[in-house]
Amino acid sequence: MNKFSWYEAKSVEDALEQVNSTVSDELYQSSENATIFKSGGVDVFDWVKEGLLKPQMIVNIRNIPGLDKISYDPKKGLRIGSNVTLAEIGSDPEIKNQYLALHQAVNHAATPQLRNVSTLGGNIAQRNRCWYFRSADHNCYRKGGDRCFARHSKTGENENHAILDNGSCVSVHASSIATALMAFNANVVIVNAEGKQKTVPMDDFFVSAGEDMAMENILQAKEIITEIVLPPPSKNTKSSYIKQVARESYDWSLADVAVVMEVSGNTCKSASIVLGAAAPVPYRSVEAQQAIENKTINSENATAAAKAAMAKARPLSKNDYKVPLFVSTITQTILDIS
Amino acid sequence: MDTRKEKFPYGIPGHNLGEVEREIPVEEPPVWPINDKLKVIGKRVARIDALEKVTGKAIYTSDIKLPGMLYAKMLRSNVPHATISSIDISKAKSLPGVHAIHLIENTPKEGEENSSNKYPMVKYVGQPLGGVAAESLEIAKDAISLITVNYEEKPFVVDMERAMEINAPIVFDTPITQRQDGGDVGETHDGSKGEGNVRGPSTSSFFGGPRGNLEEGFNEADVIVERTYRTQVHTHMPLETHGVVVDWNADAMTVYASTQNTAAVRNEMASIFNLPKSKVRVICDFMGGGFGAKHSAGSFGPMAGNLAKKTGRPVWLMLDRQEEHLAEGNRPNSMQYLKIGAKKDGTLTGIQQRSHGTAGVGLGAGVGRIAQILYPCPNFATEQYDVLTNAGPGAAWRAPGNVQGAFGLEQAIDEMAEKLNVDPLSYRDRIDPSEVRKVERQRGAELFGWSRRQAPGSSKGLVKKGLGVGQSTWPRFVTLDSSVEVKIHKGGGVEIRSSVQDIGTGTKTILAQVVAEELGLQVNDIKVNIGDTFFPVGPGSGGSVVTGSITPPTRNATFEAKTVLLKLVAKKWETDSSELFMADGQVSHKTNASLKMSFKEATQLMRTSQISKIASRSDDYGGFQQPWGLAYGDLGSVQFAEVSVNTDTGFVKVDRIVAAHSCGRPLNIGQLESQINGGVIQGVSYALYENRVMDIGTGHMMNANVHQYKVPLSMEIPEIETIIVEEYSGRSSTDAYGIGEPANIATAAAIANAVYNAIGVRLYEIPITPSSILKALGKVS
Repeated sequence: MNKFSWYEAKSVEDALEQVNSTVSDELYQSSENATIFKSGGVDVFDWVKEGLLKPQMIVNIRNIPGLDKISYDPKKGLRIGSNVTLAEIGSDPEIKNQYLALHQAVNHAATPQLRNVSTLGGNIAQRNRCWYFRSADHNCYRKGGDRCFARHSKTGENENHAILDNGSCVSVHASSIATALMAFNANVVIVNAEGKQKTVPMDDFFVSAGEDMAMENILQAKEIITEIVLPPPSKNTKSSYIKQVARESYDWSLADVAVVMEVSGNTCKSASIVLGAAAPVPYRSVEAQQAIENKTINSENATAAAKAAMAKARPLSKNDYKVPLFVSTITQTILDIS
Repeated sequence: MDTRKEKFPYGIPGHNLGEVEREIPVEEPPVWPINDKLKVIGKRVARIDALEKVTGKAIYTSDIKLPGMLYAKMLRSNVPHATISSIDISKAKSLPGVHAIHLIENTPKEGEENSSNKYPMVKYVGQPLGGVAAESLEIAKDAISLITVNYEEKPFVVDMERAMEINAPIVFDTPITQRQDGGDVGETHDGSKGEGNVRGPSTSSFFGGPRGNLEEGFNEADVIVERTYRTQVHTHMPLETHGVVVDWNADAMTVYASTQNTAAVRNEMASIFNLPKSKVRVICDFMGGGFGAKHSAGSFGPMAGNLAKKTGRPVWLMLDRQEEHLAEGNRPNSMQYLKIGAKKDGTLTGIQQRSHGTAGVGLGAGVGRIAQILYPCPNFATEQYDVLTNAGPGAAWRAPGNVQGAFGLEQAIDEMAEKLNVDPLSYRDRIDPSEVRKVERQRGAELFGWSRRQAPGSSKGLVKKGLGVGQSTWPRFVTLDSSVEVKIHKGGGVEIRSSVQDIGTGTKTILAQVVAEELGLQVNDIKVNIGDTFFPVGPGSGGSVVTGSITPPTRNATFEAKTVLLKLVAKKWETDSSELFMADGQVSHKTNASLKMSFKEATQLMRTSQISKIASRSDDYGGFQQPWGLAYGDLGSVQFAEVSVNTDTGFVKVDRIVAAHSCGRPLNIGQLESQINGGVIQGVSYALYENRVMDIGTGHMMNANVHQYKVPLSMEIPEIETIIVEEYSGRSSTDAYGIGEPANIATAAAIANAVYNAIGVRLYEIPITPSSILKALGKVS
């Protein structure tokens, strides 16, 4: 770990004035005088401790006033400040009532200890857990290198990796909470150095590896997430979430699925189905959504939707088990709605 | 030697308890009755150091802070195979706060020209190359990152099956020898054929070599089971990493070490630094786990010693988690071919075993003796090969070899039972002559509810339930070089001293129990001072030897000290000391109830400040199977597993384990349960979770951390119930043995058998994962 200075940001403007780079930019091509943000610090300090990230200054945005509120309005929806901890989201009764899939996703993330320090903004902006990407001894595409170690059909250790959209990078996004947020059509509120605010749908917040190998989301230097906003549910909105892990106590997802539906009786009127740990970014399965919409929610239709979701799956040498795992998990998540 | 004859309890209470007459040395104490009739022994006694541990007051090696102490960090290779052309330390040297840098260099043998290579050849990622001592750990780490090592890289191989191929890169081009007996107790012999990376085979153990004629055996067989089993590399991951603090002054070198063998570390450090043993003191008061990987000073011990020598200051050197995974030991993998034959009535006619395993750049990757001895079979042969790879060296790991061996054998026996159309438990009744395992099967089956077991694959629904069983045996090893001093202080106070360390299982407490029982005192009246080589040398904590080796001399020394004290009391009362006894904190007369004196008063009669007696482990009553300390009998165990397998997702959950174990006379029920729990948890982990993932393209371990190297946490741990069977055999003054190894041997096999029972398809490889279950079920290709 290198020596760095510490700046305690007093406001969003103050923070944006200080910062000059992002974790992603630095990992891709490190610069001399990088100043980066840290909120909960869970992901940032992992990189710093590994010696892969060598910031000259860290701007602590964790204590900026006003970013730590949860508010719910039945007409306007849910607003969660970017510095709200996962533990706070997980124990919020309104979120449990109105946004069950988010409640479930948050409470299956990491460990109770980590949920106490992890913030929502940091969680959706964290980098992926591919062990080659995280290794100082493997200079992969994501770090400006010349190859993907995980993809290699003979030597790649890719059992945890992507089965969809894996043409450029085969990592999977690390945030399982993002799976649920995207299913709820959440929006990310971002403020830039000029004080301008933009509201970006989750579907557009993440950047596929094919578009840009350096980044997993659209955040640029001198931009900061201030809020995540979820539209209000109707009285017919139902949701569910399942995460499959090797260890229930504490693990990253092998396959996770969030389903948000408008239902009429036992019929799906519209569906939002998102898969986590399937692709380099949270993956909206339009195929599954189309397959279940206007259908009765039953085992047969749920399975058909799940299979439709996997039609484009292209497993790697060691992760073909993920296909039946997703079929099972999508099916069960849809059935949990009814 | 003067002897006398005594009758000892013999057998299993509630089953076949009887008596056996033994001839024992006259100076040894009278026989203890069975545990029911004792006050402290065999009871649920709380650990004497529990409070220190749970309040964080216990001082572990990494907690040691000495005046002027420096912090050290090791320099390690980050390539798997190379010669080092140069190492540039100039930048590190000039970093403020750096006090010394020590590089590991080749020392030319006497009469040889200076070796052309200044530095040793790099054989694996994580190999130690040097170290830095600095004012802080942070500075030491920074200094390490400023050192440039220039490598000339060579072809490497980390995958065992690739390493076995004719054209594989060669790990060692000089002959090296293979150790016998799967890396644990046993002699070294030159089994080297020097062909490629394969060494061996080892074909014998201290239980002998091949038996009978395999071909005839298989010809006699009506049924044959022939399979290949695979197990993974499993790293130790003790909570406390390896490390030392070396404090070297003019008088002596003091080494605070996280070790399971203080005496061995002392001997190594004395030898390396050319010091008399009397001037090296190794101390290990509290120990955060070892599991077999902490028997030596490693490379970090000498490194800290050299840095202390260069700087004249104490040096702290504890490893980090990544270093642990890469370089401080692992349980080798295995690929075992096993063929067993039986007649229609189940009688075994032949067992053939051929194994390959890799301990990286180390040797000792065999699969143990379990196929040789668990079931008597007239025709038996094993060939156990070591395969060298460019990976960190293996180390003893809780029942070395035998855990791998049990995974194969106990599945093969299960499969044989099915082919013979016999219940797997009844089949073991038929072929296993062990009385203790018979009782364990009976008691275990009842508690477990074995009668619920359904035909394989017949469990209904998506999540299928399965029940399975696995057995094991472990020798009763005794370390004869085990000594202890017992002191009774004038005015009260009793103290035990030995270099034996408490690896964490409760050795301190059982020693206090033994002394308390003998003196009629409370456990808390006894001060246990162990883990210090300035005291008499005790055994290393390996091979499950500690309890069987150190408790008899502890009782004997206590008895000798007590005899001196009773003589003083007898003189005062003008009676014979044989008329006196000690109980409930008092010295009393057997027939004259008016003669009573507290223990404290009795000690006031002493002429000197203390009565001090040192005793060493004597031979077992009736002798040994092998004179070096292979005792008669064994530590038999039977474990039952209940699992749930989700046939849709492939996830396996171990719901429950019933573990039935024996260890001679049990000394402390709570500690035994705790130790069995630990063994079972590691077994569950071996079956389902832990796996060293090596990238064969780059030679690096990909999960050298605690989040991707998956040890089980609270939700992965099943309900564990233990059954401890008392088994008396009158072999020593305590008749007690350890449980460390046995607790870990059968678990993975029992789980694999339960998985088979659940889904009706057998898995021959661990860890069992969603991927392997879904493959077995034909859900992926």
